[in-house]
Amino acid sequence: MRYLPLTDADRREMLATIGARSIDDLFRDVPPSVRLPGPIAGLSNHMGELEVERRLGRMAARNIAASDVPFFVGAGAYKHHVPASVDHLIQRGEFLTSYTPYQPEITQGTLQYLFEFQTQITMLTGMEVANASMYDGSTGASEAVLMANRVTRRNKAVLSGGLHPHYRSVIETTAHWQGFRTIGAPVDADGIEDISTLVDKDVSCVVVQNPSVFGHVRDLTPLAEACHAAGALLVVVVTEVVSLGLLTPPGDMGADIVVCEGQSLGVGLNFGGPYVGLFATREKLMRQMPGRLVGETVDADGKRGFVLTLSTREQHIRREKATSNICTNAGLCALAFTIHLTLLGERGFTRLAEINHATAVRAAERLAKVPGVKVLNDTFFNEFTVMLPKPAAPVVEALAARRILAGVPVSRLIPNAPLCADLLLVAVTETVTDADIEALATGLAEVL
Amino acid sequence: MVQSTDLSQGRSGTIAMSAAAVETSTGNRGLQLEERLIFEYAHADRSGVDLPEPPKVKDRLGNLRRRGAIGLPGLAEPQVVQHYTRLSQKNYAIDSGLYPLGSCTMKHNPRLNERMARLPGFGDVHPLQPQSTVPGAIELIGELAGWLTTLTGMPAVAMSPAAGAHGEMCGMMAIAAALRARGEGHRKTVLVPESAHGTNPATAAALGFTVKPIAATSDGRVDVAALKAALGPDVAAIMLTNPNTCGLFERDIREVGDAVSAAGAYFYCDGANYNAIVGRVRPGDLGVDCMHINLHKTFSTPHGGGGPGSGPVVLSARLAPYAPRPWVVHDASGWRLIEEGGAIDGEPLGRLKAFHGQMGMFVRALAYMLSHGADGLRQVAEDAVLNANYVMARLKDALTPAFEGPCMHECLFDDDFLKDTGVSTLDFAKAMIDEGYHPMTMYFPLVVHGAMLIEPTETQSKRSLDEFCDAMLHLARKAKSGIAADDFKAAPRFAPRRRLDETLAARKPVLRWRPTNQGPGDGPLKQAAE
Repeated sequence: MRYLPLTDADRREMLATIGARSIDDLFRDVPPSVRLPGPIAGLSNHMGELEVERRLGRMAARNIAASDVPFFVGAGAYKHHVPASVDHLIQRGEFLTSYTPYQPEITQGTLQYLFEFQTQITMLTGMEVANASMYDGSTGASEAVLMANRVTRRNKAVLSGGLHPHYRSVIETTAHWQGFRTIGAPVDADGIEDISTLVDKDVSCVVVQNPSVFGHVRDLTPLAEACHAAGALLVVVVTEVVSLGLLTPPGDMGADIVVCEGQSLGVGLNFGGPYVGLFATREKLMRQMPGRLVGETVDADGKRGFVLTLSTREQHIRREKATSNICTNAGLCALAFTIHLTLLGERGFTRLAEINHATAVRAAERLAKVPGVKVLNDTFFNEFTVMLPKPAAPVVEALAARRILAGVPVSRLIPNAPLCADLLLVAVTETVTDADIEALATGLAEVL
Repeated sequence: MVQSTDLSQGRSGTIAMSAAAVETSTGNRGLQLEERLIFEYAHADRSGVDLPEPPKVKDRLGNLRRRGAIGLPGLAEPQVVQHYTRLSQKNYAIDSGLYPLGSCTMKHNPRLNERMARLPGFGDVHPLQPQSTVPGAIELIGELAGWLTTLTGMPAVAMSPAAGAHGEMCGMMAIAAALRARGEGHRKTVLVPESAHGTNPATAAALGFTVKPIAATSDGRVDVAALKAALGPDVAAIMLTNPNTCGLFERDIREVGDAVSAAGAYFYCDGANYNAIVGRVRPGDLGVDCMHINLHKTFSTPHGGGGPGSGPVVLSARLAPYAPRPWVVHDASGWRLIEEGGAIDGEPLGRLKAFHGQMGMFVRALAYMLSHGADGLRQVAEDAVLNANYVMARLKDALTPAFEGPCMHECLFDDDFLKDTGVSTLDFAKAMIDEGYHPMTMYFPLVVHGAMLIEPTETQSKRSLDEFCDAMLHLARKAKSGIAADDFKAAPRFAPRRRLDETLAARKPVLRWRPTNQGPGDGPLKQAAE
């Protein structure tokens, strides 16, 4: 077996050193009745690389890859071009095969990039402090609500009707089992809700997504004011982090906690994971944050260095009194994110955002000309909602059969909601060409 | 400046200079290169990505266009590659050598698995594409689920948890749901042995359970008598790690399972140490109700400097209905995902996470399983246990084993052998760094004083273990000599940084770079490090 260096001679010699007669001797604490006599039945035996590649390659080939077709699927995960050097760098073994940096003298590489990552997140979001990542945006959103509950000592969260339904489900599931309440606003496909009326003295936070899952971009300043007047926090969720290259950051609109899905930069689609959650807040709330934090310090020679810090918030120190049970996070995806953003820099990142927006505007204008299609959005970044003259799910299937991946039918996210059945979310990134837009418009006209 | 006259006082018969005393004009030391922060490159108009002019359109942003700069630095691609390459060289990694971090299972990460995860059919597919366009991706999840249930002897598995602690949340929610469905939601106590990982009590507490610690016996196992005494009508579950964090198999696990079940409670098994028994013991035969499996431990998906992980949870028949969405099912039409569904027994069981789980980790784990097969996985457990016992055998006379008898995949020592030497477990660990090793897990588990937990894993050769043991024996002798405590306190000397001031970091937290503490930009690198 190619990954196992011990030879049979080694094994015999080692058993002799140990003073054991056989390997079974070492398993003698296992009750005899549960010791398996041989390999578990029903599973294949070991395979060479070539066999594994063939087997998994066949499975992979049955899927339509985003890069191979006109592709407009978004709703919380976006197809972006990732520069080649990102993937090269994250596969360096010193990053890939290192553990959590608990020994800072020999993990300065990880610690420094996380410090840079935290700084970049504060810049993008307009916030003061950021942690070293969460699993993804959705779990980050649920942690944000828990944090708001701790900070305000209240336990009722208001969820916007423009929040991604998966995020809403994660928060509601957490709420149900962790004993807090949620008030879900009605689905807001038109981007016109006013949820400040739901904020009262029992509310710990309002969770709102910008751009919303339907694509609308809104000024959250009035909502932030309403929250603060009632002693509640404003949690802003951003599922398309590229939008922060062009839009007023949530911090400038009064957000108290900002949670982003960072998948758009560096990470790729990966059929849903692993992704990377970005989590930022105000300095005064720092000690209530979940997750790992990297801080600057000096070593015994006075040289600048970095360490994991404020760990008295965390489970390995505080156990049942921790701010969160999170341990493993999304370190390598955070690395991919930060490398991609470093490559882009100020100029590249803002231009990438401009291209996304402009391409999306062109796509919206073209689709609006397809008979029966109506674009619901006045405002959007790189994703918008269209209303079709019939249910969207079969239309998407019909276009998929023509090898056009047209978007996400809202019914996939919100089933059993007749008003949403005809709605389609269309995401348009820099990877979309004019020919792709034309293919979608023509295809839609044909199947409608 | 090179101080060629400063000879080391400590070593007879050599003219070795104290490396710590030698200064270079750059601050670099041969291949150890200092590196400034990206923000200290500070040229905003540079970019490492060439993008075309955006199409001219009338924008649809409302009045929300960003005003003012973000503040991101601009670097060209070669600068970026150099920056991160230099950073990488400041890290210890499995690829560098033995990484004996107990409880973390730092085994070799095969690169085949990386290649497989990057196949466009897995890496470049969207979770919300029509299911008809991703049958192979869903099949992969289904096949991995099949391996996990077969290996563990459990009927069901929830695939979406993102890591071990997330899996704990999933399993404990399922237990809470099952209890409420039985009308026994009043059971609010969770028993957790003192040796447990911190995530166990943190998870139970987050779900509103009261954590009741159970003591360990003098042989490093859970105290079954104390456990039985604690079982009552208020107990919801026990969370037990097996093999436990002392590296020992809980001999009485069947008795524990029976007692827990008889008391109407559930048995949560923390599967962090599954590597010791994979292919040789099926947790389903031990009476467990659920167990999370850290794919980033037993099944070798890379730790990546802290994540991402993946923590599928295998479930018994009585907990299976309470798995969160989505479910992967197989029927006449093949594999498919069930993403939404009604409440069961009135309990809303939605999502723990957006989308379907850590697909990239699933691909790597399945590639690992296919490579090993049922025969190879059994060998994994055997070699992991053999390697740990070999290290124990070689070190047991010089260090102090915490417990008698054979260990499983990791061996545990206490700091008794350092008594009166002036050297602490921490000092010993830092001296290992100078010898070229990542330290073992230290001060965990909490049930042992000054714990040193060593997990070599099955992917180390005998020669590698021998060299490691030789270094450990050398350090133990040196510590016991009674004259080297200062040397230990000064370690590490040869790492990219010496001991870091963690108290300062916590007292005056600096969690981000700010323009006000700006470094020298393109000025001399040495100052940037000071």
